[in-house]
Amino acid sequence: MIPAEFDYTAPETLDDALKALADGGEDAKLLAGGHSLLPLMKLRLAAPSLLVDLRKVPGLHGIQRENGNWRIGALTPHAALEHTPDLGVVSLAAGTIADPQVRNRGTIGGSLAHGDPASDLPAVMMICEASITLQGAGGQQRSVSANEFFQDYLETAVEPNEVLTEVRIPAYDGWGFGYEKFNRRSEDWAMVGVSALVRKDGDTIADVRVGLTNMGSVPLRAKAVEDALRGQSATADSIARAAEQAAEGTSPPADLNASADYKRHLARVMTRRALETAAGLG
Amino acid sequence: MSVGDAGAEVTRIAAESTNGAPAPSNHVGRSLRRKEDPRLITGRASYVDDINLVGQVWAAWVRSPEAHAKIVSIDTSAAKAREGVIAVYTNEDLDMEAGLPMAWVPPGVEVNTPDHWVLAKDEVKHVGDPVALVIGDDRYAVVDAAEDVVVEYDPLPVITDPEKALEEGSPLVHEKFGTNKVCDWSLGGGDLEAGFAEADVIIERRIVNHRMAGGAIEPRGVLAEYRGDRLTVWSSTQVPHFLRLFLAILLGVSEDRVRVIAPEVGGGFGSKLNIYAEEIGCAWAARKLGRPIKWIETRSEGLMVTHHGRDQIDYVKVGAKRDGTLTAWHSKIIADVGAYQLLLTPLIPPLSAFVMCGVYNTPAVVTDVTSVHTNKFPTDAIRGAGRPEATHMIEVVMDQLASELGMDPLELRRKNFIPPFAEGHETPIGVVYDSGNYEAALDKLLEHIDPAQVRAEAEALREQGIYRGIGFSTYTEICGNAPSRAVGPAAFGLQGGGWESATVRVHGTGAVTLYTGTSPHGQGHETGFAQIVADKLGIDPQQVQVIHGDTDTGPFGLDTYGSRSLAVGGEAAARAADKVAAKAKAIVAHQLEAAPEDIELRDGKFSVRGSPDKGLTLAEVAGAAYTTMEMPDGMEPGLDEQSFYDPENFVFPFGAHACVVDVDAETGKVKVVRWVAVDDCGPAINPMLIDGQVHGGIVHGIGQALYERIHYDDAGQLVTGTFVDYALATAAELPSFETDRTETPSPVNSLAVKGVGEAGTIAATPAITNAVIDALRPLGVNFINMPLTPMRVWEAIQEAKGGVPA
Repeated sequence: MIPAEFDYTAPETLDDALKALADGGEDAKLLAGGHSLLPLMKLRLAAPSLLVDLRKVPGLHGIQRENGNWRIGALTPHAALEHTPDLGVVSLAAGTIADPQVRNRGTIGGSLAHGDPASDLPAVMMICEASITLQGAGGQQRSVSANEFFQDYLETAVEPNEVLTEVRIPAYDGWGFGYEKFNRRSEDWAMVGVSALVRKDGDTIADVRVGLTNMGSVPLRAKAVEDALRGQSATADSIARAAEQAAEGTSPPADLNASADYKRHLARVMTRRALETAAGLG
Repeated sequence: MSVGDAGAEVTRIAAESTNGAPAPSNHVGRSLRRKEDPRLITGRASYVDDINLVGQVWAAWVRSPEAHAKIVSIDTSAAKAREGVIAVYTNEDLDMEAGLPMAWVPPGVEVNTPDHWVLAKDEVKHVGDPVALVIGDDRYAVVDAAEDVVVEYDPLPVITDPEKALEEGSPLVHEKFGTNKVCDWSLGGGDLEAGFAEADVIIERRIVNHRMAGGAIEPRGVLAEYRGDRLTVWSSTQVPHFLRLFLAILLGVSEDRVRVIAPEVGGGFGSKLNIYAEEIGCAWAARKLGRPIKWIETRSEGLMVTHHGRDQIDYVKVGAKRDGTLTAWHSKIIADVGAYQLLLTPLIPPLSAFVMCGVYNTPAVVTDVTSVHTNKFPTDAIRGAGRPEATHMIEVVMDQLASELGMDPLELRRKNFIPPFAEGHETPIGVVYDSGNYEAALDKLLEHIDPAQVRAEAEALREQGIYRGIGFSTYTEICGNAPSRAVGPAAFGLQGGGWESATVRVHGTGAVTLYTGTSPHGQGHETGFAQIVADKLGIDPQQVQVIHGDTDTGPFGLDTYGSRSLAVGGEAAARAADKVAAKAKAIVAHQLEAAPEDIELRDGKFSVRGSPDKGLTLAEVAGAAYTTMEMPDGMEPGLDEQSFYDPENFVFPFGAHACVVDVDAETGKVKVVRWVAVDDCGPAINPMLIDGQVHGGIVHGIGQALYERIHYDDAGQLVTGTFVDYALATAAELPSFETDRTETPSPVNSLAVKGVGEAGTIAATPAITNAVIDALRPLGVNFINMPLTPMRVWEAIQEAKGGVPA
């Protein structure tokens, strides 16, 4: 529980943070809420030489809605998402993260930049087709679609000299949503998590998105389910049939408490349940 | 221990309450709030890590990443060169003639006990085995330096399966014994063969009781100082008196020069009932360097090198007549004790045998224990220590038998209950239960929960895919360790006795200090013991300060574990208080010109029976005793008495628990929806303290059954090494507990009390296992072993469906 030695700085502007990050070299890391990074450091699984703490950088907090989009600052804690129910599936999923202490400190930007496929928000960002804003040295910004953001286990599109500043999410007014997180204890990471968005047109499922948490080295979209269900009638039967394809093409990591086959089974069950809720059948 | 602010606060409250109305005399039996809590919940308590000494330096341990290997070389040069590092020690530096102690020498039984050095010698035997000790002046630098120590290992074959470890040709943990077997040990009585011959039905089950940890909220920690010719050790321990003794022996320091202080201790659950390498090593190094040395365990170390518990594979064979009458019960226990033997390691599995009769009149009961070394950290006492394993076997198999016989599980239990007894029931294995009324506890339980109603609910829920089940456990257990004649060298073989001590010191103002030899670490003795003493002396419990956990105060004691504190230590306190009251009565009799036997304690005054108006308070009596004014001729001054109490027998709490679970048949997830507990630990001293113990005990049981598991892979690597993987149950997973009591007096002690610290844990695991099996029977699942993880439950359902789990 004692980390290796590291330097620490808390710059007051984004430019200074980017400069500190660049000057710190490849072992410098950004610190947001610290609820992924600090435990790894305490276990000596991570040993950054420098922590650049973003807490004093202005403009990275808050949730705003404009022109049918949500803009969420990178340092917005999970608790703020949880307590903004208009965010729909994002709010629902954020409320399941760990425990209240973690939700008060952990941030959306930190969680996405860490890129843990077992975390709740990454797959949710994918079904929301969120756009993630990255800022590099010199002030240039770029946006990366959440569907292209997560590249491998704990690897994201964030370049070493970039800061994740904002997440933009289209508002899914009128869509139904569901989040089914299966874990042993309420504070645990998802053994499997499934997020769903459903837009109905009468009794037909006009559009549907399904995200899978902890079913591979990156968060996933269950495209086969989406394709199978789009245009179908919104019934328990059609959902159940489509959900059977939830684990197609996945190779989930196994551990002591969950074999890959068990996880695939859970993915099918949780997909059905999340879709039933999202379709208003739950 | 009350120290600093808290002590002052107690004194202040005492001063206030002495000015008020006379104290009521019936504090015993009331749910007084805990005197400990103000300092605990306002952060004013002092744990080991809160104590810092001038010149203090830090220790860190270099631990083996290998489960079994020869140590080829240890290069400490880089570590020693690191700034802030004062010394790096390996086994070669240790000038100790003996290693860590093991205290069990059963007459007539050979126990293969290996040397267990503070730092590994030649070989490491488990992951985490310490190979070097780093001392430095910075808490962080020593951990960095520990990483600089280069140890070359030559890996040896690893054995982690206790049954395979017993096979011919298995890798050996300790070459010198030529076997991994630690010992065979048996306890039994009655004619087993005749019992099975008589049986209409015989069932056999293999029950796995997996390894778990203690999970105390405060990690272990040590601060050792050798100043002048005195060694002082602060340790987060349950056993300061034992630790003093072994520090004196192992370091060659006269026992009077050793002081051990267990300051505030944040839980133990048995895991701090030991003499650990870190305690001896830090004290040794503190003397060598002449600097105070502190070590605070990390959580990773806690799961790796603080002793584990359970880890039995139990083969149970039971015979019964068609009407349910039990005829024979044979249990064969294979206990995986790990790589070494700590203080009580090999005697824990035999403790299962002492309660294998349970609450039933089985005529023949035999338990054979085989303990085995493997490349894991040692097991030792964890909450219940042998009794949870036994109760799990008994109560799970009772349900299995009921199913086999087509009987209601409660009817089967009632059929075999030992009838109520008030003064001793001798079991066929020679253990004499003190008192019991098992029917009454079960009847009381059924006042709170109606199994028929639960089953009706279950029918309705099944249509939603929820499988509701109800499970029971009717248990008794053995606690109150003492008595010395039963546990000592000539009998069970513990190299020590089982008595307890207390001193009641009335100060000149009438304030009272109770010194107890027990060493509470969260249980609430400061409140409960104060209630006992207060009633004996006619004062308010706030006037009684309870001092514990410091070997320089009060008499030698035998500390706290095994639910012994109240039944042995509380009784010692009562007896010391009785002696004080007797002396007080003699003084009052002298002053009031009455006979001592005519003096009674009434409304806070010692007065002549029938004349309550004229009397003396304890403060007035103490004034006389210390000023020696108006004392009987020849009476010694002072009001200060001691008791060493060695009971005649153990005490045997009992009870009945019911658990209702909902199982999601699609996922296998188990949710505990109701828990009703009726426990009988004799008359309550403080019902709220009992509830607290029962709640916590059940959580430990639910934790083991559903969540907690210490697991090593085949290479001997600890897989569950953090609290992410070693899953402690949290409030979010638990129901609200419904508790009630029956109160059957124990004839063993004057308070008529039994222990309750482990009862909940002992009762819990079979109740929940039976509930899960009950829930799943409609799906064809008839048996399942813990831990009842979702995947395991789901697999059991798939197997019952006839398919192999996917």
